[in-house]
Amino acid sequence: MKNYIKYLPFLALGVISCEPEFDTPIDEAGFYSNGEADFSNYVALGNSLTAGYADGALYLTGQENSYPNIMAQQFAKVQETQLFTQPLVNDNAGGLLLAGTQITSNRRVLAFGPDGAPAPRVYTGMQPTTDITNVLSGSFGNMGVPGAKSFHLITPNYGDVSGVPVGSANPYFVRFASSPSTTVLADAAAQNPTFFSIFIGNNDLLSYASSGGTGVDQTGNFDPTTYGSNDLTDPMVFASAYSTIVNTMVGTGADGALVNLADVTSLPFFTTVPNNALVLDAATAANLTGFFQAVAGIFAQGAIQQGVDPAVAQGLAAQYALTFNEGPNRFLIDVPVSQTNPLGFRQMTADELLVLTIDQTALAQGYGSVVLTPEVLQVLGLLQTGGQPTQAQAQLVLGAVSGLDDKDALDKDELTAISTAQANYNATIKALAQANGLAFVDAQAVFKQVATQGVPFDGGVLTTAFVTGGFFSLDGVHPTPRGYAYLANIVLDAINTTYNSTVPKVNIGAYKTITLSNEVQ
Amino acid sequence: MKKLLFLAVFMLATAVTYAGGYRVSLQGQRALAMGHTGVAVVNNAELGFFNPAGLVYLENRLNVSAGGFGVLADIAYQNEQTGDVARVNSSVGTPFYLYASYKVTDWLTAGLSVYTPYGSGVEWEDDWAGSHLVNNIDLAAIYIQPILSLKLNEYFSVGGGPIYVTGSVNFNKNLNRTLSDIEGNRSEVTVDASGVTNWGWSASAMFSPTDNMRIGFNYRSEIILEAEGGDADFENIPNSPATPFADTKFNAELPLPAELAVGFSYEFCDKWLFAFDYNQTFWSVYESLDIDFANPAIPDSQNARMYEDASTYRFGLQYEANDMFSLRAGYYFDESPVQEGYFAPETPRNDSNNFTGGFSVNVNEHLAIDASFLYIRFKEVDASYDFYFENGQAVPFSGTYKSSAFVPGLGITYKL
Repeated sequence: MKNYIKYLPFLALGVISCEPEFDTPIDEAGFYSNGEADFSNYVALGNSLTAGYADGALYLTGQENSYPNIMAQQFAKVQETQLFTQPLVNDNAGGLLLAGTQITSNRRVLAFGPDGAPAPRVYTGMQPTTDITNVLSGSFGNMGVPGAKSFHLITPNYGDVSGVPVGSANPYFVRFASSPSTTVLADAAAQNPTFFSIFIGNNDLLSYASSGGTGVDQTGNFDPTTYGSNDLTDPMVFASAYSTIVNTMVGTGADGALVNLADVTSLPFFTTVPNNALVLDAATAANLTGFFQAVAGIFAQGAIQQGVDPAVAQGLAAQYALTFNEGPNRFLIDVPVSQTNPLGFRQMTADELLVLTIDQTALAQGYGSVVLTPEVLQVLGLLQTGGQPTQAQAQLVLGAVSGLDDKDALDKDELTAISTAQANYNATIKALAQANGLAFVDAQAVFKQVATQGVPFDGGVLTTAFVTGGFFSLDGVHPTPRGYAYLANIVLDAINTTYNSTVPKVNIGAYKTITLSNEVQ
Repeated sequence: MKKLLFLAVFMLATAVTYAGGYRVSLQGQRALAMGHTGVAVVNNAELGFFNPAGLVYLENRLNVSAGGFGVLADIAYQNEQTGDVARVNSSVGTPFYLYASYKVTDWLTAGLSVYTPYGSGVEWEDDWAGSHLVNNIDLAAIYIQPILSLKLNEYFSVGGGPIYVTGSVNFNKNLNRTLSDIEGNRSEVTVDASGVTNWGWSASAMFSPTDNMRIGFNYRSEIILEAEGGDADFENIPNSPATPFADTKFNAELPLPAELAVGFSYEFCDKWLFAFDYNQTFWSVYESLDIDFANPAIPDSQNARMYEDASTYRFGLQYEANDMFSLRAGYYFDESPVQEGYFAPETPRNDSNNFTGGFSVNVNEHLAIDASFLYIRFKEVDASYDFYFENGQAVPFSGTYKSSAFVPGLGITYKL
């Protein structure tokens, strides 16, 4: 009897090995459908947005939350898939080294100052350890290369470390290029993907935009090897590169999704600092108005003295007699000196934008308006009493005008150049998606919706507000994990619609937003 | 005896038991085999739990019953929308019991009972989809109760005694759905308190109107485990003044609710015994799990529970095959105390159907070996917990749950 009893527990274990089974277990084959697509070998092409770049750097947890990685995890719930691989960096500091010398900045974190005010700061809690001379072996499903423009994906030697110091190669691609001479596209196609996504072209717009339009609009120049890093890519160059990429990927027999390009006005990098952040009390406003009356007067007088027709001189001077009111006022911006604007500044117009990186301290000290030094105020007092300023005093007044530099603003011409190029690029993307029967993701519309209305989710509303909105990380351009999760969901939506698949979407509320740390200097 | 108790306590410390609510109905092999009936069954010293008033009817002078259970429980969770899947690590726990009674006179029996009527152990995978509600919990309580059983007349007896409880709780959860340190490790808190003690009591009566029929009544009082000065350990907290979560102490109360049992048993055809018990567990005392952290900078954790009183209907049958073997079978329906919208994955319990069986082997005239098993089957349920808040907004955690448990048990009955 005892012999028998001692086997009882084993008998019990045998019985219980049947775990509880759902009526319709979602982790069994067939619950979700891959439809007409095959997600078993997914390759993502793109730039920093594809790589999972955030907070101004590429770091581990950012990569883990890249939208291709989120999508790949969902694909794995639908069918048997190959492990999705990413060229992971070494750490969560971000920042790259080239032979031991740091060449890109660490990530940003939200730090609280002694006054309790939060601000994005560069994280200094640990040293970056990712040296690009340590080239990773193997192939990678995530082929996102931060900084890459459309034509870079088909540019040979883009992963050649010797080209990094001169800017002809990309330090991120150096890390995982299969050879120094290969192209991003070649390495992607060589993986024989069954499914791909392409999200490229953002930098063709953004490098120009985030430089405040200091680059050149290269529309009409079909040779990208002559482009500077901040230039706006010619739409034909974009179309040529993009169709090469799409045709090559489609040529592998794979299905895929194309993602179009969002408006710069959807990015907090361009919308956080309003162009009317010059907030004045009544006295200062009156002072400034008086100042610019003086400027107009000095200009007219000088012009007349130089022989300009008084009527013309008065007409030109009128543009400088700016009035300022109590409350918010638009900043001044420097423009090229011209016949119609001989002093080379004007007030910004309603739709013009400032960049996030503008020097806030300088703004507080008169950058974007007037640096009212005691000397300048003294001249103003002289003018008010009807006195006649000397040449030096007049120059002092004119020199006190401090318009914003081109690098800190996107003026209306620059915005037009950007949106024209963007419309051309997006038309190319949509046409190629339709021509090849690929899923088309209207990221432009989606980003716009987040920016204008916000997207409700189970823990609140996702918006593009800087720091607090949840969608964008602390660089104002790249999403947070939650933003990337939302992006993954909309790409999955388009895929499900196009390929009749039922890939489940993620709950974006479960993805984090910005990272807090006071380990900053 | 002391050694056995020590061993049992040790086993309990490592136990991860499955329990709904957190009542663990495993207080005797013979009773469990009969659907955990026993308030009106005079069989062995298990009466020390089920109905102390019945102890005085045991024929032998000394009666001892002891045993334990292995709990093999599985809980599966899935969410069709997101494709999230989670399964609780299957684990073996060991609830135990030890009952002894000694007949002092014909009308008075004294006894001592040690048993574990409450406990819970659920260990989800760390950082699973519901980790902001619970990663893992381990709750244990040992009841120690001296007993007197008094026969008032041929038909009627009463019993009861004070209960001393010593309990422990260890509970880990992530602070919310997203907070993590610079390395991406999710911020979490572990609260741990052990050696939490309190007193309660039970009182019972048994009425035997005829030779083959008994009616029983038992009431066990509510006992609140008041954990004071337990340890709250915060891990993976970002280095930021906005997250001032430093290790601290905490106070919390966990109610072990009162329970009422009434039932009857009927012997028929000489070898057969039928028993029916009705239990009411007064769960409505469990309104909220509130954890008050000593550090005023750390917000207290309030987790609404709003349990409802719950009933259990138990049926059991015993067949004395011969002098050596007794066979038993039973069934009970266990009503969940959890209201809709309060389904927390720390105690993922819905109504269950429970099937039991077992047997006793009389090794000799003093010693019997008792064995039992319990199979708990929960219906698949779509449920949610709607009282987790982020920035003042309720964020329900929902999904489909399916659970089952298999509980084999082994014990001995000794009489002298």
